[in-house]
Amino acid sequence: MYAYDELDRTLINERVSEFRDQVKRRLSGELTEDEFKMLRLQNGVYLQLHAYMFRVAIPYGTLSSKQLRALARVGRRYDRGYGHFTTRQNIQFNWIKLAELPDALADLAEVGIHAMQTSGNNMRNVTSDQWAGVAPGEVEDPRIWSEILRQHTTLHPEFSFLPRKFKIAITASEHDRAAIKVHDIGLRLYKNAEGETGFEVLVGGGLGRTPFIGKTIKPFVHGRDILSYVEAILRVYNQYGRRDNIYKARIKILVHELGIEKFAREVDDEWKQMGDVGLTLDHSVIEEVRSRFSYPAYEKLPHMPDELKQAAHDPLFERWRRNSVFPHKVQGYSIVTLSLKPVGAPPGDATSDQMDAVADLADRYSFGEIRVGHEQNLCLPHVAKRDLPQLWKALDRIGLATPNVNLVTDIIACPGLDYCSLANARSIPIAQELTRRFANHDTAELIGRLHINISGCINACGHHHVGHIGILGVEKNGEEYYQITIGGRADEGAQMGTLIGPAIPYAEVADVIEDIVEAYLALRDRPEELFVDAVKRLGVEPFKERVYATR
Amino acid sequence: MVTANRTWDGVVIYRTAQQGWSANLSDAVIVRTSDEARTLLGEATADDVGAIGPYIAPVELKDGGEIKPGNLREHIRSEGLTIDLLPVPA
Amino acid sequence: MPLVKQGRITTDLFAHVADGAELPGDGAILIPAARFLEDPETLLKRAGKVGVIWPNNRDLDELVPYLGRLAAVALVFPSFRDGRAYSQARLLRERHGFDGELRATGQVLRDQFVFMLRAGFDTFEVRKDSDAEAFASTAKSYSVFYQPTGDGRLTALHRRMQLRHSESAGQ
Repeated sequence: MYAYDELDRTLINERVSEFRDQVKRRLSGELTEDEFKMLRLQNGVYLQLHAYMFRVAIPYGTLSSKQLRALARVGRRYDRGYGHFTTRQNIQFNWIKLAELPDALADLAEVGIHAMQTSGNNMRNVTSDQWAGVAPGEVEDPRIWSEILRQHTTLHPEFSFLPRKFKIAITASEHDRAAIKVHDIGLRLYKNAEGETGFEVLVGGGLGRTPFIGKTIKPFVHGRDILSYVEAILRVYNQYGRRDNIYKARIKILVHELGIEKFAREVDDEWKQMGDVGLTLDHSVIEEVRSRFSYPAYEKLPHMPDELKQAAHDPLFERWRRNSVFPHKVQGYSIVTLSLKPVGAPPGDATSDQMDAVADLADRYSFGEIRVGHEQNLCLPHVAKRDLPQLWKALDRIGLATPNVNLVTDIIACPGLDYCSLANARSIPIAQELTRRFANHDTAELIGRLHINISGCINACGHHHVGHIGILGVEKNGEEYYQITIGGRADEGAQMGTLIGPAIPYAEVADVIEDIVEAYLALRDRPEELFVDAVKRLGVEPFKERVYATR
Repeated sequence: MVTANRTWDGVVIYRTAQQGWSANLSDAVIVRTSDEARTLLGEATADDVGAIGPYIAPVELKDGGEIKPGNLREHIRSEGLTIDLLPVPA
Repeated sequence: MPLVKQGRITTDLFAHVADGAELPGDGAILIPAARFLEDPETLLKRAGKVGVIWPNNRDLDELVPYLGRLAAVALVFPSFRDGRAYSQARLLRERHGFDGELRATGQVLRDQFVFMLRAGFDTFEVRKDSDAEAFASTAKSYSVFYQPTGDGRLTALHRRMQLRHSESAGQ
């Protein structure tokens, strides 16, 4: 956990006061909507179909139980008793009143939570691996660097009015759980041959209308130089990024239009000219930030406690353990994923009561800590293995033990046309129908790892391009239609999926997905061959044939 | 009709014949030509303090004069979500 | 349009001279970049002060040779959402050492004052009277800053390190 000090607290309180004044001026008419819009966006406030939507940052996906309870309280006091966890380690509330937002922000500020820059053309929440600090084999905890970048990019006087939004993600593990290749800047932390910590820097990744996989701009930037290097990238982007067309304003377009080599030269020129501007992170500075992260006092525990051996006789427990429990770097502990994808529910939603219950369970079983991942699930990062059976029972009681993590019903979906003013089509009812079709957990287990991602429009908040199966809502003559892609992935082997054919109407989507999955089961060369690997081996043709032959 | 969201709480509102706003679709003033619609939108847009983002939206008039939303988006704005939510205890 | 300079509402001593308009005989002028670059040497010999209005998409390298003889540079915010002039301001102050008047023009609103001050602006052509009147209080709305810029304010990290040293010295 990162502990705010007096300075961090002062800054977010000053931010709340500023926004309170801005809301007051908006409601009195002193500020026009045109002037106010960017100010509210910079505080995470959108206008959606039915109401304002309020997006709160969960930096690098780490929450204390106290913070989660505060989120639950905001859901209850100012909203309708639930919240929605997003793909970028944020939580959204869908029914909040503008007049009450300053109070909600003040409540959150008390526990060190803010909504700064969760929207707007500035640097968004810096995300990281939800298993940071606990994943076996991790180089080091990437959250130290995420926090350094979070502070540096918060209320940055030069980069708060960029051509477009800007997203940074960091990973320090071989397996990329932070989707760094589809971010404006992706940072892969590793140690070079001399044993020094630094980053491979990727730039220009992103989804949306024009998807790109990020390209390596520099294979190694020393840790001490990462702020100045990021600053150089941002300065080049701020000056040369396109501002004439909102759809061409992201850095990926600038990188694409200049070419990565020329863009890299521009950045290098800027970087060299910067000289010493106080951005070098010497050892003591990094240690200062590191010292404010606290880690649990783990016990020395057996690898296989008796409690776990006994519980293994219960097939339901075993199924959940096989599915949702992952290795921890410390012997005797596990990382537990809490599925926010129960059958028939909106993906990523949690009620305030569930949040409170998870906070209590975190206190009891996970040193008071909770994580949020980009797959829209929660995670308890430090669970003693002996506690797993008890935890499972407690999670099951609150509906958070669905054993479908990474399976076909662990669907990533944007809010879609049910909430979102940009959407062309609904996402959530498609997801709900699919979870009903694949509700049998034995079948889902048989199918194996399969990520379905659904976006209700081309802006791709559901990351459909990088889903093993991607579903994109479009509008045709006033009707909802969906384009299906297959073979995408978001991890270290990130790639865009391939379109299988013409869009299909709303009512047929679930049938089509079932057809694709059946085709895969018939075509895979062995049960271990994942869907996405089968698509890679076979191409889209056999799947396309299956889907369109009878339609 | 012309619809928008109310500034202070974001609620969906409809322009009325009395040059005000109502949260009920049945109170909406219905116009039939694009000139009338543009005039109505102009008036609505002038109220920057009370309403955000006014726009012209289609309606369907039932026999007997009942006003229904003219497309799926307006249906969802008027009638609410089409999905099942997690049960929130009262 | 009120002018705020050094934190106070004040009379603008510079006359904006449009392209093609006649130059006043003396007195301070702000002149568009293109016109300035047509004949900079003659202009700089004027008795009155000379400032240049520099567009936010023009390379500063063209302006740098003259900075030492310019009384003012005015940077432009065509809309408050267009943040290019923040980079230009920092480069002028921090890289090129410009110490004359650095003026923000265009859609200059209250809610951007702090960012502008931090980027090095000291003079503001403010759109609304009420914003100009609120300048002093708005400038004080933040006391903690995470990034180092040329404005000399201590960053949070700096303050923490100082605190650490004083703590360890006291032990």
